[in-house]
Amino acid sequence: MTVPPDEASGTAPSGVDADDSGWTAAIRGRLERRLPLRELLPTRQPYYVGSWVYVFGVITLAALVWVVLSGVTLSVEGPQWWHVSREGRFVNGLHFWSVQLFFIFMVLHLWGQFWGAGWRDGRAGTWMVGVVIFAASIVTAFTGYLAQQNLDAQWIAVNAKDAVNSTGFGAFFDVTNFGQMYGLHVMLLPIGVTLLVVIHVVQVRLRGVVRPLGAPPPEEDDDVTAAKGGH
Amino acid sequence: MRLQRKRPVDRERYYRGVRMVPYDLVKELAIALGATAILVVVLAAALSSPDVPSDTIQRWAQDDPVDFVTAATNELAGSSTSAQYGPPYNNGSGSVQSWWVLHPQAWAGVHQPVDQPNDFVLAPLQSAVPGDASLRTALATFTGASGDRQSGWLDNYTKALGKASVKSGEVATAEGDYGPVPLLMSRLLGVARSGGLDGLLLTNGNFYQTDYTKPLLFMGDGSHLSGLAQDQKLTGNLWGMMNETGRYPGQSWLWLYTLWYQIAPFNASSNADLLVVLVMVGATTLLLLVPFIPGLRDIPRWIPIHRLIWRRYYAEQAAGRGART
Repeated sequence: MTVPPDEASGTAPSGVDADDSGWTAAIRGRLERRLPLRELLPTRQPYYVGSWVYVFGVITLAALVWVVLSGVTLSVEGPQWWHVSREGRFVNGLHFWSVQLFFIFMVLHLWGQFWGAGWRDGRAGTWMVGVVIFAASIVTAFTGYLAQQNLDAQWIAVNAKDAVNSTGFGAFFDVTNFGQMYGLHVMLLPIGVTLLVVIHVVQVRLRGVVRPLGAPPPEEDDDVTAAKGGH
Repeated sequence: MRLQRKRPVDRERYYRGVRMVPYDLVKELAIALGATAILVVVLAAALSSPDVPSDTIQRWAQDDPVDFVTAATNELAGSSTSAQYGPPYNNGSGSVQSWWVLHPQAWAGVHQPVDQPNDFVLAPLQSAVPGDASLRTALATFTGASGDRQSGWLDNYTKALGKASVKSGEVATAEGDYGPVPLLMSRLLGVARSGGLDGLLLTNGNFYQTDYTKPLLFMGDGSHLSGLAQDQKLTGNLWGMMNETGRYPGQSWLWLYTLWYQIAPFNASSNADLLVVLVMVGATTLLLLVPFIPGLRDIPRWIPIHRLIWRRYYAEQAAGRGART
């Protein structure tokens, strides 16, 4: 590829050649090395991925998509809509049941990864981000229950305030403040959970699925073997 | 031994010798999206979602005026649960929890100040004063009296409310030395019945309101809201936090959190909330750090559920297949 010389410096513009330097080139190079598209969207997997346990992860992701889409619809129409409109009540039903399914599938996914010891071979970070997603999802759902504007929301707020206040966080996280709970539920927490899920999925794709327990360790490259053993 | 920098992407090495098969991730996600969509739509169409209308102070005052007046009298006396609560609402100590050297609730201090006698009773009555000379006089008499005199009236009236009845819509008690308190409470009951108190407790000088701390604290001090919750099986002794109104599933993922409240020593502790939260923080930390905790991370090896997960793999290994050919 022919590159026109930079008019000011008389050199080729950065971001093109293999010997690029600078932060942008460094980040781009790192992303290209660590996240090549063929690994993010692979077309071949180890044959043991055929197990049913791998379905829980993808179906959790699918349920989350419906949670977000139904939640966005509810937030666009406003917090009163589903109390007074038949259509709104139906969309709230979609939100309610997709949340229930999301948690069921997520817990099954978590148990599947626990019993398969999915944190092995450098995957501890993937496990930890997954646990954080689980905890963040519970807080997100909790704020949703507080933002329902009905008897259940009132009763949860009156009782939950004691637990939150006992930790000192009640000073900053007021479960009886509908505005605060609604804002957290429709904005910050869903964005946080979604970002964490994206990181989690990238982590999974980055490392690939873990070997079955008891499977022989990965074969090493000749150069690594040589470096370790000196022969 | 010379250490060699780890290669960033080593999946090829990781899977070397393992048979690879075609796998369509995007198609799998599309099928999952379709399947969950069908499931969610069917559930929503068939079962809808729970929505039991919220309780209001107006409804409380109309349904159970004696309970409302009793709670309001306790607010005015500063003897209600919320009036003696402590941080973040006031400097009381009635609901302040601590454990060992940990006093996080006290450390956080008062951040949402609520003055129950004034915010819940006197200020709303002040707004009803115009056009009501007897209320103006009663308020002046009460606020002008000494603290001991006020306490005497309130104590006497509180005791009398234990045997009160409702006559012609008014709370009737035996004769006694209550000062202006019965008139104050009668007027407050009137404001509450009209729905005015629901709005007055939200007012803080701004047109738009979203903070329901005051009305919820007031309603929490009465027994009307808790009675409705009891009817819906939402109370703590019935695993309330994870329940939902009607027959709908609630936050079932809180089962472990709710479990602790049902058993000793938590169910008898005045610091139960803090203790349960600490236990759950510990449990979540353990779950987070499973990969690094010997013993905990070995459980999957000891209990061979993985033999079910990778049943086909182990069967092929036993048969001598599985390696890439």
